[in-house]
Amino acid sequence: METIVFALLNGVIYGLLLFMLSSGLTLIFSMMGVLNFAHASFYMLGAYFAYTIMGATSFWIALFLAPVLVGLVGAVVERYGLRRVHANGHVAELLFTFGLAYLIEEIVKIIWGKTSVDYRIPDLLNFPAFTVYGASFPAYRMFMLFVAISMLVGLWLLLKKTRAGLIIQAALSHPNMVGHLGHNVPLIFMTVFGIGCALAGLAGVIAGNIFVTDPAMAIQMGPIVFVVVVVGGIGSLEGAFLASLLIGLLQNFAVGINASFADIFGFLGLTEAMEVGQINISSLGPMLPFLLLVLILIFRPRGLMGEKEL
Amino acid sequence: MSDATTTYDLAPSTGAKFRQRTLPILIFAAILLAIPMVGPSRTMYTLMHQMGINIVFALSYNMILGKGGLLSFGHAVYFGLGGYLCMHALNWIEDGVGLWGSFPVFFLPIVGFVGGAAAAAIIGWPSCRRAGTTFAMISLGIAELVYAGSYMFDSLFGGEQGVSGDRMNGPEMFGLSLGPISDVYWFIAFWTVVGIALMYGFTRTPLGKLSEAQRDNSQRVQFIGYNPQTVRYFVFVFAGGFAGVAGGMAAVNYEIFTPINLSLAPSGFVLIMAYVGGITYFVGPIFGAILLTYMQSMMSDFTEAWLLYLGVLFIAIVMFAPRGIAGIVFGIWHGVTGPNPSAYLAKLMMQLGGILLMLLGLIVLVEVSVRWSNGYGHVYEPFGIHLGHTDVLTWIIVLVASVAGVALTRYANRPEEASQ
Amino acid sequence: MNIRKTAILAAATSAIAMGAAVGAAHADTIKMAFIDPLSGPMGPSGEAAYTSFQLAAEHINANGGVNGDMIEVTGYDNKVDPKESLVQLQKAIDDGARFIFQGNGSSVAAAIIEAVNKHNARNPGEEVLFFNYAAVTPAFTNEMCSFWHFRFDAHADMKMAAITDWIKSHDEIKKVYLIGQDYVFGQAVAAAAEAQLTEKRPDIEIVGNELHPLAKVTDFTPYIQKIISSGADAVITGNWGADMQLLMKAAAESGSEIPYLTFYGGSKGAVSALAEGGVNRLYQVSEGITNIEASPEQNALIEEYKQRFPDYDYYYHRAFMAMNMFDAAAEAAGSVEPIAVAKAMEGLTIEGAYGPFTMRADDHQVQQNLYISTVADGVTYPVDNTTFGWTLVDQGTIEAAAAEQPTTCEMERPE
Repeated sequence: METIVFALLNGVIYGLLLFMLSSGLTLIFSMMGVLNFAHASFYMLGAYFAYTIMGATSFWIALFLAPVLVGLVGAVVERYGLRRVHANGHVAELLFTFGLAYLIEEIVKIIWGKTSVDYRIPDLLNFPAFTVYGASFPAYRMFMLFVAISMLVGLWLLLKKTRAGLIIQAALSHPNMVGHLGHNVPLIFMTVFGIGCALAGLAGVIAGNIFVTDPAMAIQMGPIVFVVVVVGGIGSLEGAFLASLLIGLLQNFAVGINASFADIFGFLGLTEAMEVGQINISSLGPMLPFLLLVLILIFRPRGLMGEKEL
Repeated sequence: MSDATTTYDLAPSTGAKFRQRTLPILIFAAILLAIPMVGPSRTMYTLMHQMGINIVFALSYNMILGKGGLLSFGHAVYFGLGGYLCMHALNWIEDGVGLWGSFPVFFLPIVGFVGGAAAAAIIGWPSCRRAGTTFAMISLGIAELVYAGSYMFDSLFGGEQGVSGDRMNGPEMFGLSLGPISDVYWFIAFWTVVGIALMYGFTRTPLGKLSEAQRDNSQRVQFIGYNPQTVRYFVFVFAGGFAGVAGGMAAVNYEIFTPINLSLAPSGFVLIMAYVGGITYFVGPIFGAILLTYMQSMMSDFTEAWLLYLGVLFIAIVMFAPRGIAGIVFGIWHGVTGPNPSAYLAKLMMQLGGILLMLLGLIVLVEVSVRWSNGYGHVYEPFGIHLGHTDVLTWIIVLVASVAGVALTRYANRPEEASQ
Repeated sequence: MNIRKTAILAAATSAIAMGAAVGAAHADTIKMAFIDPLSGPMGPSGEAAYTSFQLAAEHINANGGVNGDMIEVTGYDNKVDPKESLVQLQKAIDDGARFIFQGNGSSVAAAIIEAVNKHNARNPGEEVLFFNYAAVTPAFTNEMCSFWHFRFDAHADMKMAAITDWIKSHDEIKKVYLIGQDYVFGQAVAAAAEAQLTEKRPDIEIVGNELHPLAKVTDFTPYIQKIISSGADAVITGNWGADMQLLMKAAAESGSEIPYLTFYGGSKGAVSALAEGGVNRLYQVSEGITNIEASPEQNALIEEYKQRFPDYDYYYHRAFMAMNMFDAAAEAAGSVEPIAVAKAMEGLTIEGAYGPFTMRADDHQVQQNLYISTVADGVTYPVDNTTFGWTLVDQGTIEAAAAEQPTTCEMERPE
């Protein structure tokens, strides 16, 4: 029982965090066709900016200011980098972001040092919210939940209820038509890229202090974010949401299972003596997203809720 | 390209064929033969061996990226699996398992080819059904899976320590014991030339041509009666095989393989090598492999920010020279042999000057920042000039050099922009 | 940083070293190579050790050098890649280095042992010695042992012996949870813990034996919750790097109030990540900690190190011990020829700030006191630029003899 409760709690929070990271990438990917390799680097920048701003002022200012700054950096990258490369095709764009990820990591190392920085949870939220089965549940995680859900609602309102959102949605599927209607499509692209990066930055702000803020955090998160976007499907925020939760729950449930292949497939003659039999389900947790990715791409290339294939 | 439209006989003459296809490989082989005569140091040998391995690896990667149009983030999987098979073969040779006792280590890359091709044949079957981003993502997922899985099967991959062996076993070939490093040189040189020749030959086969055709327009390939999916699959298997050859060369050279060889890092590195070299040219990846291997092994001696320079180089290539180093080299060659070499040279010199100025600004900025970041109180002192992060001179150099560099490059490119 | 230049620069800028260098102007240089990551994600751990070796060399040079010769330590960046390490090893040997230091990553150390064995067999007269200061896989001084390899760190079984000895003296610990990284090293730690606990405290129940993937877990909370619900009284882990920090962060956050006995809790960043969360929760086993009583010279050294390298803390005590032992062996042999030094080093004992340091001749494994410590506030020498530092725990001193482990090494020695 406690396994299920823990897995649900952690899975939902981790899933929502993944969604914050991947929602921006989904928007960018569906609109511009760019699978932004540096997306997780913006997540890292968010955490580092917040650390610096928090040092000078307070966490609450950082919570608002850091994502804005990350969004501006993103917009500049789009305007002066990506747009230039656009003419050379998608592979060039992909490679540009690939190189950008390298570059951001190195610059972060020069500015903030090679080891982790001491980015703390604000004292106001540093207390256990409640206790389940002997394990205390930190209030900060509830705050993460709150921020993630607010962001989700905010994004949904922006896209579905405002004029700007309608234009963005239209530009997602028919950029040329939107251009013909007199809208400045490059500007829309730049804005969406900026917003996407800002969302990743926000995820960095609230996750950097609960995990570790170091130059390796981008590499650690990067591939998972891809998995979410691809599994969710192109152009589908709902899909990304579903995929985030699915992956969050999948990973956390796997950790909770204390069984090896030998226990499960024992009827096939698998024993602990064999190497395959020794593999533990809980140790497979972090591999599952990639398995899911490969299977989805092979059997359902448009993802869970995507409208078109990659 | 423009030359081709003026002649009606599109087939090159026998002389041209020899000059363009056979001669470069012969010259390359001759250079390789001549190198040991200058008596290189052991470090030189080690570096050249690594270059040879990377040349074959990068070329095999370009079979799918440049010629096949398939972007893969997991090519090291085939390099690694081929290499692992070779490591096991080395140990079988040592123990004399079955017929292995009489298998010469010199021909181990053939085993690597079989291993890499077999792995690609299995993994490629589902992943080659699609091209483009789908293929790239599948390759990423598979690379992560194989890498994580390699830590679970210690009897195959040896865990963190990997599998090691001794190359000085089995029958000797060509009087090479493969013990001293100069013996290994001949082994690497032989397989580098063989690898280049075979992969060049592959581009001339119908399959190689079809691979380029499906990259450019897969529908038309279907119209003329070929299945692009099958074409991709076979190209992928061959690319995996040649990656396995590189793996076999690495197995003999290093006598060790670890799971890191299967990870995303070498897959990313081979992508950078091929792209920086120039994926639209056959020789591009060769240039890229030589330059980046040198940077990787030697530049880290001069600066700890070498990864930053690598990132800048890569982005600069992607943004400003998408045809890579080979594109730049051939561009200069065409300019010099073109109708107006002096005007071209003047422009080139200006561009070069601009780039050098920007580079100067960048290097000073990076080196000063790195020292400031370390906080040991070291000061960047090129040629005895004292450049601390608080010195005005530092920032003057950075600003003036960058601004002048940008201005000069823009000025050099001005007529071009005007004509656009 | 120009690594080679810096080594020379560092030696030259130090005023003391300068005086000595002038005094011994005609002395030869003993070239030593430091092959470890100096860039990339693992760069900091390499650099912390590199700076320690540099400072140790400077001190020896300032005191007249080794038989009057000066030591020069040059850094070679191997990016924790076994293959790249072999390239760098070749470069180091070509540059004239006959003594190699390396420590980060057992896979790299295994590759270097093999390569050094082969090099010495294939190039007689140009032997090199490998001084391993941190790769702790027990095999290196057991079935894989080599005359050319010397280990200056306690290996995993010895560290585990110290931890289990400590547990033995704490009767209130009844249930132990093992968690580690899923690869050879993590598995070896778990196996050693199981075997030694059964032997020393048969009443202890091992309530969990968890292996998680290496450097892939972002949130350890689920693991911690499993630990809490298992009712464990102590946790043993061999985790290092981010896996170590994240595990401890999650433990502090979930209110897991039990000791976490670690191998690498002392590595940079762990204390700053936890701060007060580390007090009486994070424990480490090491060959010496700065906050136990030591000679004024030792304290001066700790302060000098911190002042010279503000980013790091005095952590690699064994780097200084290794350098001193080399000095002592070379002086005893009257030569810096690798074979002579190696033979003089066998069985040699030197006195260190935190106890004697003996190189066991049978397997070239150093024997030294081990200390169990935990995080405390307001100590003399805090780490990570916080106010927290390491302090010895009750019954935390494990004498060298208690941590000593038998060896299966059958060493082949050159004539």
